[in-house]
Amino acid sequence: MADPELVRFTLDNGLRVVLAPDATAPVVGVSVHYDVGFRSEPEGRTGFAHLFEHLMFQGSESLEKLAHFRYVQSSGGSFNGSTHPDYTDYFEVLPAAALERALFLEADRMRAPKLTRENLANQIDVVKEEIRLNVLNRPYGGFPWILLPPVLYSTFPNAHNGYGGFEDLEQATLDDCAAFFDTYYSPANAVLTVAGDFTVEEARELIEKHFGDVPHRPAPERPSFAEPAPEGELRGEHVDPHAPLPAVGVGYRMPDPINDLDGYLANLVLAGVLTDGDGSRLQQRLVHREPLVVDIGAGAGLFGPFEARDPDTFTITAIHPHEVSTDQVLAALDEELEKLAATPPEDHELKKVTARWAASLHSEHDKLVSRTLALGSFELLYGDASLVYRLAEKMSAVTAEAVSAAAKALRPDSRAVLVIRPGSGSSDQEGTEQ
Amino acid sequence: MSAPHRTAEEIGRTATGPRPVPPLGTQRAVADLSHVDTTLSNGLRVLAVRKPTVPLVELRVWIPFAGDDKSHPATAEVLAETLLTGTARRDRIEIDADLALIGGDLASGVDPERLVITGTSLADGLPTMLDVLADALTGASYADAEVERERERLIERIAVSRTQPRTIAREALQKHRYGDHPAVREVPQADDVAAVAPDRVRALHRASVLPRGSVLVIVGDIDPETVIGDLEKAFGGWASDRSAVRLPALPELAGGNVLLVPRAGAVQSQIRLSAQTVSRTDPRYPALQLANLVYGGYFSSRLVENIREDKGYTYSAHSGFEFTDQTAVVNVDADTATDATAAALMETRYELARLGLVPPSADEVESVRQYAIGSLVTAASSQGGLAAQLSALAATGLGVEWLAGHPERLAAVTAEEVANAALEFFAPKRFTGVVVGDADVLAPKLTALGDVTVGEPS
Repeated sequence: MADPELVRFTLDNGLRVVLAPDATAPVVGVSVHYDVGFRSEPEGRTGFAHLFEHLMFQGSESLEKLAHFRYVQSSGGSFNGSTHPDYTDYFEVLPAAALERALFLEADRMRAPKLTRENLANQIDVVKEEIRLNVLNRPYGGFPWILLPPVLYSTFPNAHNGYGGFEDLEQATLDDCAAFFDTYYSPANAVLTVAGDFTVEEARELIEKHFGDVPHRPAPERPSFAEPAPEGELRGEHVDPHAPLPAVGVGYRMPDPINDLDGYLANLVLAGVLTDGDGSRLQQRLVHREPLVVDIGAGAGLFGPFEARDPDTFTITAIHPHEVSTDQVLAALDEELEKLAATPPEDHELKKVTARWAASLHSEHDKLVSRTLALGSFELLYGDASLVYRLAEKMSAVTAEAVSAAAKALRPDSRAVLVIRPGSGSSDQEGTEQ
Repeated sequence: MSAPHRTAEEIGRTATGPRPVPPLGTQRAVADLSHVDTTLSNGLRVLAVRKPTVPLVELRVWIPFAGDDKSHPATAEVLAETLLTGTARRDRIEIDADLALIGGDLASGVDPERLVITGTSLADGLPTMLDVLADALTGASYADAEVERERERLIERIAVSRTQPRTIAREALQKHRYGDHPAVREVPQADDVAAVAPDRVRALHRASVLPRGSVLVIVGDIDPETVIGDLEKAFGGWASDRSAVRLPALPELAGGNVLLVPRAGAVQSQIRLSAQTVSRTDPRYPALQLANLVYGGYFSSRLVENIREDKGYTYSAHSGFEFTDQTAVVNVDADTATDATAAALMETRYELARLGLVPPSADEVESVRQYAIGSLVTAASSQGGLAAQLSALAATGLGVEWLAGHPERLAAVTAEEVANAALEFFAPKRFTGVVVGDADVLAPKLTALGDVTVGEPS
C-alpha cells in the first residue's frame, strides 16, 4: 500500500504538527503527545505524571470543570489520555464537523489549564480507585509492568512504580503541579496530530488560529535514563493475595528502540517466533507438548512496543500450575533460546510472524484513534511519523540471523526473574511494593 | 520540583482572558454501505459489506448455542477451546500456520447463548481463511489428546477467572436475578469440565454447530456479490435440517432487594444493579437509549459526574444495555472503595430516582443525541467496529438498514419521550442487583440504607 499523505510542520512556538488527511469516513482524530512520562517524575512523587494527566481534564481558562468532557461528547466524540514511560498522550475522535472544537479544547489546556486544590484532591481519590481496581483488588494486578522494573532496574526513573504509592500521591501539592506544567507541558515539548476527514489548508489555518499564541517556553533538556545491564541474574518475589496460580515474569534489556531500530525489530520478530500462535516455539513446547504453563507470552515494552526510548524491556510472562517450579519454566525457556541462538529460525517461521504483523498493523491503522496515536508517538519518539507506514516492510526485512542473534542476547546471567506467589494473606495493604 | 515556575493561579489565566468555544461545522453524511443480506442454501444468513479502507477482511459467525442439561456449559466451553485444534486435513499446528501465512487468526468463544467465531486476515487470504473455517465447522476432530489438554488448561483458567472481582460479581448478579435459568451458567464448574469426554464434545458439535438460524457477517475489502458465491461453495458441506438451538426466553426482571455478597478483606466493592427494559425493535428504544446515556451511559452522565468527578468514590461507573435474544436489560456498574460503597449505592439510587423526577434538560438531551449519533459513525468507520456492530444486530434479526436508519430515529426523539422513558424504565424500584465486598464493614451501613439483604445468591 502506498504511503498515505502526511504533512509535517512546526509552529513558531515550537509545537510540532502532523497532518494525515483521509476522507474515507467523516470523522477526525486529534491527539497531543507531551514529551514526559513517568520516568521523569521526581523521587517522592511516584505516580505524579499519571495524576497530572487526570488534572489536565479538569478545566482550563475558557472551560469550567467537566466542560472538556461535555464539549467532546456533545459533539459526538470520545476522548481519553494515557501515561507511558516516556510520554503522555491526550486524544479525541469526533465527527469531522467538530475538528475546530477539538483543536480549541487541546489548545486551551496547553495554554492555561486550571489547576485547583479541590480538583487535585478529587483526582487523587479517583486515581487511588483506579489503582485499587487495576492493581490491589485484582489477581496479577500490576504484573509485570509495575512489579518487574524494580527487579531489573536499579535507578529511580526506571525502577519505580508508575502508578505511584498512595503516600506519594497524597503528598502531591498544587505547586508540584505548577512546576510540572511549566517544565514539561510547553508547546516546544509536544506534538499535535490530526488525522481523518479535513483539508490540509483548513487544518493548518485552524491550528495556527488556536495554538499559534500559546507562548513559547523552551523544551526541557531530556536526561539520559541509561543504566548498565545487570551483571548476573536478579531475582524478586511478590506475594499476590488474589492470584490462584503462581506466575513468572522474565525481563531482559533490549536494543535501543530509537538508535538501533533494526535490532529492536529483530526482538519483536523473536517474540513472535517464541509465543505468537499455536505453532510458535514456546506455545508448542510449554503449553502443548510438555505442558508446563497455562499461558505464556513474550513482547517488547511494558505496555507494548514503540512506547519508550532506551532502556526498554523485553518481557516473557507465564502463569503455571503449583506443581511446576519457576526453574522448570526457565530451563525450558533457556533451552529454546539456545536452540534459536545456535540455529536461525526457518524462513516460514519468520513469514508467519511478519504476515501477522502486517495484518495487525493494517488493522490498527484502520481504527482512527490508533492511527492518530501511532503517528503522534512516532513523531515524538522517532522524529518521523511516516515510519508508522514502513514498519511492516521493515519487519519483513528482519533476517533469520538477526533473530538468532537477538535470542543469543537474552542471557540467563543478565536478566530479572520475578516470581509471583499466590498468597492468602490479608489483601488490605495499600500502596506498592517499593 | 523547585525550578522557577509560575504559580498554579498564574498558569490558569492569560492577558486576553477566556475565549468562546467554536461552533460545530457542517457534518458530511456517511457514505452508503454496499452490501448483500441473504441466506445460503444451508440456511446460514450472510451479511456481506464492502469496506475497503485497508486490505483486510473481518468475519464473525454467530451460532445460537443453548443447552439445558447441567453439563452443557462445560462441554460447550471445551468445544470452543478445541474447535480449531484439528481436522482430518490439518492438525493444530497446520491450522495455525495456514492462518499465520495470510496474516490471519480464527478464535472461538462461547457463552450460554451463543458460540462466536471471530476471524481476520489479509483480504487476498480470504479463500484460505474460509477453507480453514469450513474445515473446522464440518470436520473438527476433537482429538482425545487435544481435548484432555484443553480441559486441564480450562480448569486452570477457570480458577484464575473466579478470582477476578468482575467475574465473581457477574456470577452473583446472574444467580440473584435469574436463579437457575441456563443463562446464569457463564463460567462452568471445574468438576464438570474435568468430566467432559471427547465423544461428548463431538456429539455436541453434531447436534449444535448448525448453519440454520446462525449468521455470518463479513466486512472488508471484498465484493459482496461475489463473496456470496465463495461462501456458498466453501460452506456447501456444512448442512443440517435442524436449526441452531436458541436460549429459552429469560424471565422478566422484577425489582427487588440488593444482595450484599461477602468477599472478606476486599479493598473495593462491585456494585451491580439491573432492570428490565425493551429491545432495539421497540419504538421506545431510541428514547430509552438516550435516557440511559444521560443516566450513566457516557462520561458526561449524571452518575459519573456525581460519584466520580464530584465525590471521587469511583474510577469507573457506567450503565449500559445487555441484549439477550429478543430481550434487553439495563445494567449499572460501579467499583468503589469499601469506605465509599454505601454512599455510592445511595447516590446511584438517588440518580435513578432523579432521572425520572427531574427529567433530562434540553441540553442534556441534545448532548446525548449527538453522542449517540457520533459514536455510531465512529464505530462504523473501522472494519472491526462495523463487523462487531452488525454481528450484534444480525443476532436479533436486524441488519445494515437498521444501522443506517438509526441516526434518523435518534434525531426524531423528543425531550418528552426521553422523560417518559426515564420515568418508566429507571425507577429505582424496578432494579435489583448485588454488591460484592467486605460484608463485615459494609453490612451495617448498607442494611441501614434499606432494601439490602446479606447472603450468598441462591
